[in-house]
Amino acid sequence: MILKPLYRFASPQNFYHLSVLLTPWFAWATVLLMLIGLYGGLVFAPADYQQGDSFRIIYIHVPSAWMSLFIYVLMAVFGGIGLIWHVKIADVLAKSCAPLGLSFTFLALATGSIWGKPMWGTWWVWDARLTSELILLFLYLGYMALQSAFDDRRVAARAGAILALVGMVNIPIIHYSVEWWSTLHQGPTVSKFDAPSIHINMLIPLLIMALAFKTYFASVLLLRARTEILEYECNSNWVRELLNESD
Amino acid sequence: MSFQEFLHMGGYGSYVWASYGLCAVVLIFNVVESLSRQRKVFRELNKRIRRLESNK
Repeated sequence: MILKPLYRFASPQNFYHLSVLLTPWFAWATVLLMLIGLYGGLVFAPADYQQGDSFRIIYIHVPSAWMSLFIYVLMAVFGGIGLIWHVKIADVLAKSCAPLGLSFTFLALATGSIWGKPMWGTWWVWDARLTSELILLFLYLGYMALQSAFDDRRVAARAGAILALVGMVNIPIIHYSVEWWSTLHQGPTVSKFDAPSIHINMLIPLLIMALAFKTYFASVLLLRARTEILEYECNSNWVRELLNESD
Repeated sequence: MSFQEFLHMGGYGSYVWASYGLCAVVLIFNVVESLSRQRKVFRELNKRIRRLESNK
């Protein structure tokens, strides 16, 4: 009984229409939040007393890094749901997560590297945080390669889900790497249990940017997933009717 | 603060703008690629349906 609305959401047709309905809202929210967040991060926030204006890179670096982990967990959860309950939407959503997760992982690594050059004096060090984040990049790449290696969508989804679930061990390693090992990467600033050690005027733009990245992800994920579901369901009546309407 | 100062970013201009530029490129690329994929799938499925209907 409780699961009924969930089942309805899980029908490909309903998902498609819900996605068409929701995407513009997420897209406009992204534009609005990005504009506010960029103004806050680049203009409003005061320069850091140690790092000067170079710290402004965190407004894209930190949200990217958060997203790289968040999307991976989401991908593994969707993969797991698809694996256990054979929910088509879950498989499609998991597959659609991968290129976005890869993008954010790349951005986290690249912007961190660009920040590292003036601050640490080097583009790259093999410390635990950077290395485990690089492994995350390869996990996404491996997942995408595996997905494209199978012609049968269900086999591809199953293989991908298993890889994603096994790769989950890397997630706590990335998160706690700065506490378990002495890394050149700094420790947690925002997520500490006591008050975050960052000035409120610096923190607010960061949280707005993080929200903007979330809504961006939601809109592109929905767009990608509904394209995927259209291909997946190309033989069903609802897709045919939909295409006839759009002619 | 002048616009020149804003671009200069206290001497870190090239690092800051390279990061933001790269981020913009990647985020926009994802949107453009997803939209063009959607268009491509629509085109292909339409073609397929026409073929199926003409074979009837």
